[in-house]
Amino acid sequence: MTSDEPFVSLLGTSALLFEAPGETSLPTQQRIWALARAAEDWPEIREAVPGMNNLMLSFASPPARLEPIEARLHAAWACVEPLAVAGRLFELPVVYGGEGGPHMADVIAHIGLDADAIAEIHSAPVYPVYALGSHPGYCYLGGMDPRIATPRRKSPVLSVPGGAVSIGGAQTGVSASAGPSGWNTIGATAMRFFDPEQNPPALLRPGDRIRFQIAKVIR
Amino acid sequence: MIEIIATGALATVQDLGRIGALKWGVGGSGAMDDLALASGNILLGNDEGAAGIEIQVFPFQVRFGEDCSFAVTGADCGARLDDLPLPPWWVHRAKAGQVLELGLPRQGLWPACRAYLCLAGGVDVPTILGSRSTQLRGGFGGLEGRTLRNGDRLGTGATNSVTSITGFGLTPPALDMPLIVDGLPAMRVLPAAEYTNYTKAAQAALWGEPWRITPQSNRYGYRLEGTPLTPVRPMELRSHGIVPGVIQVPHGGQPIVQMRDAQPSGGYPKIGTVIEADLWRLGQAPIGSRIRFIETDWDEAVSAHDRNRRWLAEARRLVALHRMRMGSS
Repeated sequence: MTSDEPFVSLLGTSALLFEAPGETSLPTQQRIWALARAAEDWPEIREAVPGMNNLMLSFASPPARLEPIEARLHAAWACVEPLAVAGRLFELPVVYGGEGGPHMADVIAHIGLDADAIAEIHSAPVYPVYALGSHPGYCYLGGMDPRIATPRRKSPVLSVPGGAVSIGGAQTGVSASAGPSGWNTIGATAMRFFDPEQNPPALLRPGDRIRFQIAKVIR
Repeated sequence: MIEIIATGALATVQDLGRIGALKWGVGGSGAMDDLALASGNILLGNDEGAAGIEIQVFPFQVRFGEDCSFAVTGADCGARLDDLPLPPWWVHRAKAGQVLELGLPRQGLWPACRAYLCLAGGVDVPTILGSRSTQLRGGFGGLEGRTLRNGDRLGTGATNSVTSITGFGLTPPALDMPLIVDGLPAMRVLPAAEYTNYTKAAQAALWGEPWRITPQSNRYGYRLEGTPLTPVRPMELRSHGIVPGVIQVPHGGQPIVQMRDAQPSGGYPKIGTVIEADLWRLGQAPIGSRIRFIETDWDEAVSAHDRNRRWLAEARRLVALHRMRMGSS
């Protein structure tokens, strides 16, 4: 959902969620990165975590009053400039459909295109990494073609494997390890995205880019 | 050192959670009942955030490889040390070779489903990204990033002189700070961003009806069952950060409360968030049991947070007092 004004809401006493207005876009995301950089230095804030055109601010301890932080957020948003990040490009071969893409049929049924067309459309863009989240090393990517947008599943799947390439709403991403997911898995790739012994532990960073290459389409 | 000699599934090493790694997609993990773990550590003179073992399938048995003070908090599991019954929430000392057994949680004075075995010095596993908690999804932290198995051995950290003083305990917070609605354990909830997009009937059901904890509930999340929560219109959100306690409502209308192993972001609509101060209550609610939600506001939620901090401070004070008296007698 999008609105005309930024929207701030509560995540219990643990965090605030700031949602930028308008359609999802890279320039907005670049402003979110800039806002995160500013907010992470505020004394009440433990961590500033970018999402897709939104920002979660977790509290070190719940502040007595919220209004001052909300006011600071709105004021900061009004003046932040897009933060340009010189990212790296990663190319990932993907096998679309088949065993590694168990929900391809659901996506086909929802959008009315065949597996080849979906793979073509999905592998065409260079996707910017907007944010990390979901599980260690996982990236949210921007720039998916809206023609292949498919709603999240009615109920999450209990486990999808690492390397699963999936679509959730108007977004796409790649699982970094096995676990539950509410998205539609359309293919599989092999890449290690996370190593807790490294610093930083995640391979990808906001501002990096990913290109999916069609290794194979299983119909 | 202790050796696990009998464990069911899902026992893990946990501390109070991993802080500051959300930006890499790493959720907090940590004890489902943070008050119980902190209390066990306070009883032993450990740092409050020392690691312990979270146990949720019973029976569970460990053998002590050396003399060691310990405390079992959380659920009352009728603990026995070589067949000697032990009071719960109490400091004990085991001799090398003795076996501690925890049985099925008793649902008597304080219904609960998870027990914490805390050891003097804390469970010593490597600190990874700032915590000893097991990150099951990422496969790191705790013992080799996994649940415990029979034959696993765990060492303890350095202890201090106070840890050999035993024979005292704490009243569990479930007795000191009960929160019950219509005979069911209750948790306070702050409405979240999409609350107003739910029908009046859905909002009324959230606050007015019991929610059953289904068998598909675990450290990642509690899938609840009750009157389906229907939105005024379907919503498809952009992915955003979330925290343990967030009550997501997938399209089917049956809510899922995010728990300690929850992913740090999501996109299902959020009707509310169980406040951090009450998350331990939910973490102790067994599968198959029913719970209630209470609508709260910011000020009340902050007071609840402060109340927990005060409870822990009082526990520290009482334990220090006991140690002083027993140490000098």
